[in-house]
Amino acid sequence: MTDATLPAAPASRRDSLIWSALRSRNFVVGTIITLVFVLAALVSFVWTPYDATLQDIPNKLKGPSWAHWLGTDHFGRDVLSMIMVGARTSIAVALVAVGIGAAIGTPLGLAAAAKRGSLLDEIIMRANDLVFAFPALLIAILITAVFGPGAVNAIIAIGIFNIPVFARLSRGAALSLWQREFVMAARVSGKGAVRISAEHILPNILNTLVVQATIQFSLGILAEASLAYVGLGAQPPTPSWGKMLSDAQTMIGLAPHVALAPGLAIVLTVLGVNLMGDGLRDILDPQTRRSRA
Amino acid sequence: MLSFFLSRLVSLALSLIAASIVIFLVLEVVPGDPAQFMLGMNTSPDAVEALREQLGLNAPALQRYFTWAVGLLHGEFGTSYTYKVPVAELIGARLWVSLPLAIYALTLSTLIAFPVGILAAARRNSATDVTIMGATQLGVAIPNFWFAMLLVLAFSITLRWFSAGGFPGWDAGFFVGLKALTLPAIALALPQASILARVMRSSLLDTLNEDYIRSARAKGLTRRQTLWRHALRNALIPVLTIIGLQFSFLLAGAIIIENVFFLPGLGRLVFQGITQRDLIVVKSVVMLLVFAVILVTFIVDMTYALVDPRLRRQA
Amino acid sequence: MTLLVARKLSLAIGSFEILKDVDLSVDKGEILGVIGESGSGKSMTALSIMQLLPSSARASGSITLDGVELLNKPEAEMCGIRGKDVGMVFQEPMTALNPTRTIGDQVAETVMVHRRVGRPEAMRIARETLNRVELPEARFPLDRYPHELSGGQRQRVVIAMAIALRPRLLIADEPTTALDVTTQAQILKLLKRLVDEDGMGMIFITHDLAVVADLADRIGIMKLGEVVEAGPTLEVFRKTAHPYTRALFAASSHIPKRLPPPAVGASDVPVLAIENVVREYKLPRASLFGPPKAFRAVNDVSLVVNRGENVGLVGESGCGKSTLARAIMALEPTQSGAIRLDGEAIDTGASFAARRKMQVVFQDPYGSFNPRHRVDRLVSEPFHLLGNEAPSGAERDRRIAEALEHVGLKATDAEKYIHEFSGGQRQRIAIARALIINPALIILDEAVSALDVSIRAQILDLLAELSDRLKLSYLFISHDLHVVRAITDRVLVMKSGQIVESGPTEEVFRNPQHAYTRELLAATPNLETALAGRTGG
Repeated sequence: MTDATLPAAPASRRDSLIWSALRSRNFVVGTIITLVFVLAALVSFVWTPYDATLQDIPNKLKGPSWAHWLGTDHFGRDVLSMIMVGARTSIAVALVAVGIGAAIGTPLGLAAAAKRGSLLDEIIMRANDLVFAFPALLIAILITAVFGPGAVNAIIAIGIFNIPVFARLSRGAALSLWQREFVMAARVSGKGAVRISAEHILPNILNTLVVQATIQFSLGILAEASLAYVGLGAQPPTPSWGKMLSDAQTMIGLAPHVALAPGLAIVLTVLGVNLMGDGLRDILDPQTRRSRA
Repeated sequence: MLSFFLSRLVSLALSLIAASIVIFLVLEVVPGDPAQFMLGMNTSPDAVEALREQLGLNAPALQRYFTWAVGLLHGEFGTSYTYKVPVAELIGARLWVSLPLAIYALTLSTLIAFPVGILAAARRNSATDVTIMGATQLGVAIPNFWFAMLLVLAFSITLRWFSAGGFPGWDAGFFVGLKALTLPAIALALPQASILARVMRSSLLDTLNEDYIRSARAKGLTRRQTLWRHALRNALIPVLTIIGLQFSFLLAGAIIIENVFFLPGLGRLVFQGITQRDLIVVKSVVMLLVFAVILVTFIVDMTYALVDPRLRRQA
Repeated sequence: MTLLVARKLSLAIGSFEILKDVDLSVDKGEILGVIGESGSGKSMTALSIMQLLPSSARASGSITLDGVELLNKPEAEMCGIRGKDVGMVFQEPMTALNPTRTIGDQVAETVMVHRRVGRPEAMRIARETLNRVELPEARFPLDRYPHELSGGQRQRVVIAMAIALRPRLLIADEPTTALDVTTQAQILKLLKRLVDEDGMGMIFITHDLAVVADLADRIGIMKLGEVVEAGPTLEVFRKTAHPYTRALFAASSHIPKRLPPPAVGASDVPVLAIENVVREYKLPRASLFGPPKAFRAVNDVSLVVNRGENVGLVGESGCGKSTLARAIMALEPTQSGAIRLDGEAIDTGASFAARRKMQVVFQDPYGSFNPRHRVDRLVSEPFHLLGNEAPSGAERDRRIAEALEHVGLKATDAEKYIHEFSGGQRQRIAIARALIINPALIILDEAVSALDVSIRAQILDLLAELSDRLKLSYLFISHDLHVVRAITDRVLVMKSGQIVESGPTEEVFRNPQHAYTRELLAATPNLETALAGRTGG
């Protein structure tokens, strides 16, 4: 009730949302970069400069040229085409893994918050802590090695570790909302925990979840690349960024350019998604705005 | 304070037990027949049966769990199927590489992240801040194994300041060993430092918004005095959690880096164990790493109580 | 020369004008009261004097302290003035102290920043200052941490930090607004004593006319960044030259017109009957081996609200009134006793049929509504209690429109989002929500406490009118005795989980029987009494 605050925000929420989105440099730059790779992945279904699996040994390890914009690898395959196809795997794996985490983790977190202090809450919290205690990458490697390498198992392995992240986040955000008076009003109107979680809690934590989803997505890209690097991602002949890097490592002295393209692809995609997430946070979650740039 | 300590200790013990059960279930029960799994598809049933006898797999699961768990408490990790030596020996040797590497990387990470994060927060929204935020965004996005490759390209192949991999052993000299660990530590430290710097900045900015900062300014403290004497200490609390998490990650996350640099550490050991299907080694190393994570969490919790007086009375 | 003079002080942040040509002055040993509602700029004026404004603020005009210009002084010099020549006390004592440093440390810091003394000497001065603010060594050694102190005690520490070096001027920005009435009375007495002892000037900022009438020698009334009237306290209050002053004065002492409650027939079932209710919380174990303790928030409370009657429940924070309210709302279980709504038992498992006799209006107009829903959805939420009988389509819209019109809003407001409404309007919408299923009882849990004084008067009028017209009964829970007196027929006084006194409102207020009631009444600032006291001295 003090007046030592700045005057209130503009009247119309919808308009200001779109304007803020466009004004946020982070969001615009991040989205553009991310879209480039998403488009590359989508386009790769219908067209790539060359067949990404076509070997052309006489032309191996050529540097960037008009024929091959990013050069060729040690089997003569066109690097640009491989990058485009590789984008499919990286993005798909990271996306579905986030989906698993959010779809399973969020209801768990909401349930724990709704029944705070109960046995259910304890179990969910302890299970969360337990999963957090296991080093994610190691277990992902273990799962893909034991159950077979490939994109599907990579999704499961990465997705499992997204679940406690979303569970903890949604529980925390939901807990503070359960104290608010509009939730008490809903309880006085006879609404039960499930209904309140769906009608009142979830819509108000959506923003936080979306921002976290972008973070988990970018982590998923890095994780998939790591798995592919040690040979546990999508198997050859399907190209993947991580595998391209591990192949390139052995000839890094001879042909450094082969190591640059996939590395940069990973860096740029992750950077793009993170910037998009930062921008989204500024737009959607202004409470946290004060500690952001 | 005592009750806080004891309750956390109990929590630690329970977590360890729960983790060991999960590891046991996943590695011995889920794959169906561990012996079959270890030997592969094309072995004769007799060979599989012989291995089952050797490993005591014909006993009931509950009994096997207790034997294993009790053995762990005695430092009995079993014998590696591939190397035919006690796993404890293997782990002991590897620990001398992985632990120093983790500490080295964590030290570098903290030494870089703290000043950078504090500077960014103190000069919020200035050109310095924007540059730092940009740099950390980049640092967070770089896969550490790719960065390792670039480091090798620059410092080993081109400049020849460091070798491209391998570990000569501590017997060759402390600084020789340290030099061998330097490029790996830098590769590990960079993304971690970027994350830590951002957390430090964000935590400091949050703290600087608190009411007691305003009270301090009203007493006549300058902005800088306020930051050092009031904000920093309180901002460290969430940062501690992250450091704890990072240590665990470095210990386990070095798995890839150790492969890149051919370092004989725990990461390499467990990776080889996985590819060679040596479940005994894998079980033990995973248990050890989980123990490290849980222990570090416990230590961080204790440190909280030291830093934040509100936690000292738990009643 | 006058201690502090602000002349034509103007302040802008971005394109918003916060202060316009503000003229204020305080003399040594004098107390200036600055009164205003939210948005009046009173806090910004204080921050301007301290030069603690946000970096985007542009100030113009002049602020002089003993002739020395403060506006646009270099920051390094300002640091030398803050804490030494000018001290400041803020509103929220719970967050004003660093939780990880001892109180001795924090008070001594003021000394060490400005004087070249060693730590032992600074601690000695800290000890002395803490004694001055009535925190004696026996109970409050220097190594106490803030979380070990209550709100009132923390505020005393904040005052100690501000006056440790005996500054010439003390600025207090709503220092007692967040405190209980009895604690407030003590702090006001303390401040007055310190002003007398040190001969310093004090600027006391508040929204409460009664507080300032008693405390201040001169007052300035602010509205929307301007000083609309200023002068010696008695003169301003008697003359009330400016219309805003008159409106403020009228609103502070406003009593809505009400009909007397209907007579209670012998066979009438009370709308709310509470019998010997006990609500206990289990506490975490204090030590590892002792028995688990329990805390009785509500200790054997009984009360009755008859049809058409407005009953007040007063008490300070922690007395258990909120817990009792939640138990009546069927949100918390009770360990023993019975709660009956219109004869039907209420507990956490109560049926919809029983629950629909009661609705609630909460305190915070900004937290009472889901920001993502439109007003029609918000107002019609209680229809959930009607189950299959809930109206739909045109009938639903009609009832929503009716409820909104009852509270003085328009039917078209149903299509808007809640953020488009002010605090007072939101409370009206909250009342509409409470009315829509025609409950017998409405619980008002500090429903006007967060509103500005002028808005408060309007809402009280609305509540009184609704109660008369629609034959509603209210259970009015508040810590504010004035409000309770204005709108209730009977009142109960609660302390530490028990009802210590009850009776017809006027009687209890005029002739309090219990010592605590007397203490509460004595501590409550009263505008007329304060002004009457002034003429005498």
